[in-house]
Amino acid sequence: MINPDSVGRTFKGVEEVTVTQSEIDAFAAVIGESDTSVAPPTFSIRISLSQYESILTQPEIGVDWTRLVHGDQKFEIFRPIVAGDVFTCSATIETLRVAAGNEIITVRSDLHNGSELVVTSWSTLVVRG
Amino acid sequence: MVNIGGARMIEVGMTLPEKVFFMDRALLKAYADASGDHNPIHQNEEFARSVGLPNVISHGMLTMALAGKYVTEWAGGSATVREFSARFIKPVIVPAGVKVDLTVVATVTEVDGDTFTLDITATSAGVKVLGMAKAVVVK
Repeated sequence: MINPDSVGRTFKGVEEVTVTQSEIDAFAAVIGESDTSVAPPTFSIRISLSQYESILTQPEIGVDWTRLVHGDQKFEIFRPIVAGDVFTCSATIETLRVAAGNEIITVRSDLHNGSELVVTSWSTLVVRG
Repeated sequence: MVNIGGARMIEVGMTLPEKVFFMDRALLKAYADASGDHNPIHQNEEFARSVGLPNVISHGMLTMALAGKYVTEWAGGSATVREFSARFIKPVIVPAGVKVDLTVVATVTEVDGDTFTLDITATSAGVKVLGMAKAVVVK
């Protein structure tokens, strides 16, 4: 069960994530994008999802990662990600509801390079009951 | 507006050309490696069936990434996207040894100067897989 007290709270990722050119190249190659001077628009999920996994599975929050389904996703991109960006990632649990035995949370992720907000994204994650 | 080089004016209601992507197990493996999402439902048929799925399914985010490629190809590259959202309403089922289609098309729903809003439709085997898929691009 997800701890209802976690709703509205922001959790900081513990580590900084440096984007490398080879990560952008690999992501772009999968979708057939040959210009790798900037990252494809959904690239930041690579950072957010792994940060979510380490943050949301902490016992004080209690997301069961093995039962997780991705419901929807939204990105707001203030500028494209480039190699050399060093991101801190936060996860804010905006909403939690229970429907048909499933726990449904909306999590916002803010990716900052220093003080610059580069991408905000929202993920609806469904923990199947 | 001046019509430069024969380019058509972009208007609300305009439908963009359809594009078909093909997805197979190798692509899912490549996406798993590139995204770091190694959930076995996207790789291992036995595991996928054990959790009640009909077969291996694509990452929703791979489907969305391909829809994103469709948008950026039209808009002029990866740097053009300001907003991008989608709901994962049905899985893309990817049996072994075949290539399944991901057919993407979009309609222009808003024009504000050089900013365009697109409603995107993505289907696989005739089934709509993304819901409420929308992108805002600066072209």
